[in-house]
Amino acid sequence: MSSSVDAHAAPHAARYPRLYINRLGFWLFIFSESMLFAGLLASRFYLLGLYRPPELSQTLGLLITVLLLLSSLTAYLAEAAIVHGDRRSFLRNTLYTMVLGTIFLIGVAFEWNAAFTHFPPSSPFGTVFFAMTGMHALHVLSGIFLLGLIYYNGRRGAYGPDDPWPPEGVVKYWHFVDVVWVFFYAALYLVS
Amino acid sequence: MKPILKGILGGIVGFAIGVILLMLIRVLFGLPAWSTEPAATVGYLFGLIGWLLGVGVWDYWARGWLGRPNKPYTTTGWRRYFDFDTDHKVIGVQYGVTLVLLFLLAGLLAMVMRYELMRPGRDIINSAVYNRIMSMHGTSMVFVAVAAIMGAFGNYVMPIMIGADDMAYPRLNALSYWFVPPVAIALLIAAFTGGFDTGWTGYPPLVEVTKLGALFYALAFFTIGFASILGAVNILTTAITMRAPGLSWGRLPIFVWSIIGTAILSLLLTQFIALSMILVILDRVGGFGFFDPSQGGAPILYQHIFWFYSHPAVYVMILPAFGIALEIISHFSRKPLFAYKWAVAGMLGVVFLSIIVWAHHMFTSSMTEKLLIPFMISTELISVPTGMVFLAALGTIWRGKLRLDTPMLFALGVIFNFLLGGITGVFLSDVPVDVHLQDTYFVVAHFHYTIVGGGIFGLFAGIYYWFPKVTGRMYNEKLGKLHFWWMIIGFTLTFIPMFWLGINGMNRRIADYSPELGGVNMFVSLMAFFLGASFIVFVYNMVVSWVWGEEAVANPWNATTLEWMTPSPPPHHNFPATPEVVGDPYGYGIPGALHARVGPAPSVASD
Ligand SMILES: [Cu+2]
Repeated sequence: MSSSVDAHAAPHAARYPRLYINRLGFWLFIFSESMLFAGLLASRFYLLGLYRPPELSQTLGLLITVLLLLSSLTAYLAEAAIVHGDRRSFLRNTLYTMVLGTIFLIGVAFEWNAAFTHFPPSSPFGTVFFAMTGMHALHVLSGIFLLGLIYYNGRRGAYGPDDPWPPEGVVKYWHFVDVVWVFFYAALYLVS
Repeated sequence: MKPILKGILGGIVGFAIGVILLMLIRVLFGLPAWSTEPAATVGYLFGLIGWLLGVGVWDYWARGWLGRPNKPYTTTGWRRYFDFDTDHKVIGVQYGVTLVLLFLLAGLLAMVMRYELMRPGRDIINSAVYNRIMSMHGTSMVFVAVAAIMGAFGNYVMPIMIGADDMAYPRLNALSYWFVPPVAIALLIAAFTGGFDTGWTGYPPLVEVTKLGALFYALAFFTIGFASILGAVNILTTAITMRAPGLSWGRLPIFVWSIIGTAILSLLLTQFIALSMILVILDRVGGFGFFDPSQGGAPILYQHIFWFYSHPAVYVMILPAFGIALEIISHFSRKPLFAYKWAVAGMLGVVFLSIIVWAHHMFTSSMTEKLLIPFMISTELISVPTGMVFLAALGTIWRGKLRLDTPMLFALGVIFNFLLGGITGVFLSDVPVDVHLQDTYFVVAHFHYTIVGGGIFGLFAGIYYWFPKVTGRMYNEKLGKLHFWWMIIGFTLTFIPMFWLGINGMNRRIADYSPELGGVNMFVSLMAFFLGASFIVFVYNMVVSWVWGEEAVANPWNATTLEWMTPSPPPHHNFPATPEVVGDPYGYGIPGALHARVGPAPSVASD
């Protein structure tokens, strides 16, 4: 995730531009990561079939899902802004994304609080529920951290139409985390 | 050395922060502050992060994130091997030396096991200690087999073979090597916290109820998984984007193809081993119930996830060895690689088929009966693409001018051994036969024939083949040949009788057996010691030749591929200018054939 000059800069350049190489490596990594989530998803159905406990709060689940999807929109706006050199809009939308992500995490915390009484991690549904939401929350957390980094550097004048990669990579990662949640939301809240 | 010290410091600080943080949170939630397993897990993970930050992430990345200039290290000479160095050649050597050392240590453990098994009954160690030694041997050797060729030659040779100046992500490359020391430390801690007695497969429920060592087994496995995913991303990106002009897919040396196939498997499937370990840790430490039937879990789920990675892992171990063997066989038969396209198709066929055969490890696990026959058939199908690789090897040898130097001997050893390993695999893939042979020494002999006979022989073929390139010196050919014959005789006499032992009911992973098998076991043990002793020749040859060996020329084998068109050892960034590939890699016997031109090009037109 770096377009900064490598210390051992190549004397003869690669045949592909750095941006292309970064994108390829990024997608390969995402491909790999999605296998982790696919495995969790498969485990959920292997262990529980389509079972879903009635105590799950549908309102809260829907609410945080909508918030997360909204954050994908602001993330997209941030990326589009920096590609067109609009730093102010980039910073503003990055901040919105981080805030929405944080609210999402708080929502998950509320979910967990309720889940501990109805289906703790030691119960069958709790096992998959906490593992899936936990693994996903960890990725959201790392996404917020990365957004924080590009916000910090963006404020100091980094990135622009010529150097779009770090924001692009972070935003794509954020989209990926959101897409994962769509699947997880369906698998945890909707099936029955 | 400074980065290592910083890394150690970072690791200790990270561990302390993790433990303290955890204790605070536990107090906050009204739990007793200290609990060993959560503290060990969180401490390890924070320690891992601290170590990585200290050893290079801080200076190479984090400073840049914070808007300050990065501080790359500029060590020279032998000290580079103890540094966070981004040169792929340094990293290749780091991997190679580390993993060969681990191989020798894990081999010593096997010697202890064979000593115990010389006679029926108990000799020197009780069965609990035996189980721990067996598990440590298996786990370490799996790490070696998965990472050795990929780490050493995938890093050192592959970029040169494609005419690149380095990997696509040099820093990430260095980072993935520095995941290895924490793995070693986790295994060491495991050994000193009661060990683990689950074998390398770590099945629940045992792995979740046994000693603290099993937790560190899971953490070690998780860590090396992470490293190999990063490595796979890097290798694939490099192979796709860094090829020299003119190096089309059809001109790629076969070794590069094998590395690509391997990297695809690592990239897609390593996540599943990570997942299985994460779930074990959650169960053990967090009281989750994934694999505990009393909590609604299913131990068989673990086996599905585990083998979904770990069967393809067998091909992660063997494909690069195939690549090395075919590479060497072509150069040392002085013939173009026969049926090149079929060999590539065979390798990719193995990659894709290996994803749908995992449950052949579970025929006796009481999984759904409907799955038995499909998995039997898919497993047997794998012999078709494997056969294509063999076809390429045999067709190349046929009427070639064979030069039987050490690398060639080992390459032929790969083909010979894997033939036996593969054929005995057909028996195990057959459900009725497997029910009888499951968990016997037949299985032990079979997978040692594939992984040692194929993978490790391939590793040694590569070591001898590229030794002059890497070190700039020649090894002693006589000692090399002695090592080969000693090793293959010892290997054959050790493992062939094990097939017989297995058929006659000797169980694996048990320190004892019925007395009438005593004679053969005595023979096997003596042969195992004989096999073990062969590595003294190897180590002596490597050490002495590296320091005092004759200087090697750029192309001691008169081979055609790109790594031989640059001095031994290659300069920083490998070539003075981007090479231009103009023909097939194995143009032997074809007048005027040329694979590539290297030289100070007038102007390097990129893109
Ligand atoms: Cu298998």
